[in-house]
Amino acid sequence: MREIILYLLIIGAGTGGELCVSRAMKVVGEVKDFRPAALVRFFARALRVSWMWVGVTMMGIAFFSLLAVLSKENVSLVVPVTALSYAAGALGGKFFLGEKVTRRRWAGVLLVCIGVAIVITGRR
Amino acid sequence: MKPSSSLHFKTYLLIFLMVIFGPLGNVLLGKGMKRIGAASMGTTPGAIDFVSHVVTSGTIWLGIGSLVTFFVAYMLVLSWADYSYVQPASSAAYGMVALLAHFMLREVVTPTRWMGVLLICLGVLVVGQTPPRTTEPR
Repeated sequence: MREIILYLLIIGAGTGGELCVSRAMKVVGEVKDFRPAALVRFFARALRVSWMWVGVTMMGIAFFSLLAVLSKENVSLVVPVTALSYAAGALGGKFFLGEKVTRRRWAGVLLVCIGVAIVITGRR
Repeated sequence: MKPSSSLHFKTYLLIFLMVIFGPLGNVLLGKGMKRIGAASMGTTPGAIDFVSHVVTSGTIWLGIGSLVTFFVAYMLVLSWADYSYVQPASSAAYGMVALLAHFMLREVVTPTRWMGVLLICLGVLVVGQTPPRTTEPR
């Protein structure tokens, strides 16, 4: 039960956090200047977007949940399980960020998810 | 260089960095956490003990460094590319995790699991053929 909650936190908070960070980055705009000073200004701008803070907090929760699970389970099992976030990610991209997810992309995501499921069942 | 090919080049470069540093970070975290042992976070002293072990582990900090590198590349690529493009494209990292876990941590990865990893990589190829941006820049 404890591990299921931790996995849910990794997937839920992780995906939610990534969506919030993604939304924040779209607000900041495209990076066109890769010089160090410009990158520092870029990240300073990103930190002024509240979605960034929500996202980073959620990713922090996901991170410590990941550490807790990794203390008991193998990396080659834990990391594929966290890929269950792909379905959530595609749905979030479509409904939260307003991105157009093409059929081909859905097919790719589906294929990845089937692969992940097989990885999980390949447990010794 | 055309703008679209320039966009693809920097997208692929940053996704490449994500595929290297993300898995390396996870494997280092796994190594560090195996040394620390099972977390007992049900109680406050247990949680404090867990966090203090985490913050004093060199391997964990190396893992965090790798993940920070991954995260910076991830943030940069998300400033122009769609999330639903980047997230599946970076799933090649799952193949990398299996490889690193096998060679660095000596974890046993069964043939079935390798087959799953291959399917994930195939899915990545399908996703990689879609355009990196479908929304208009704001």
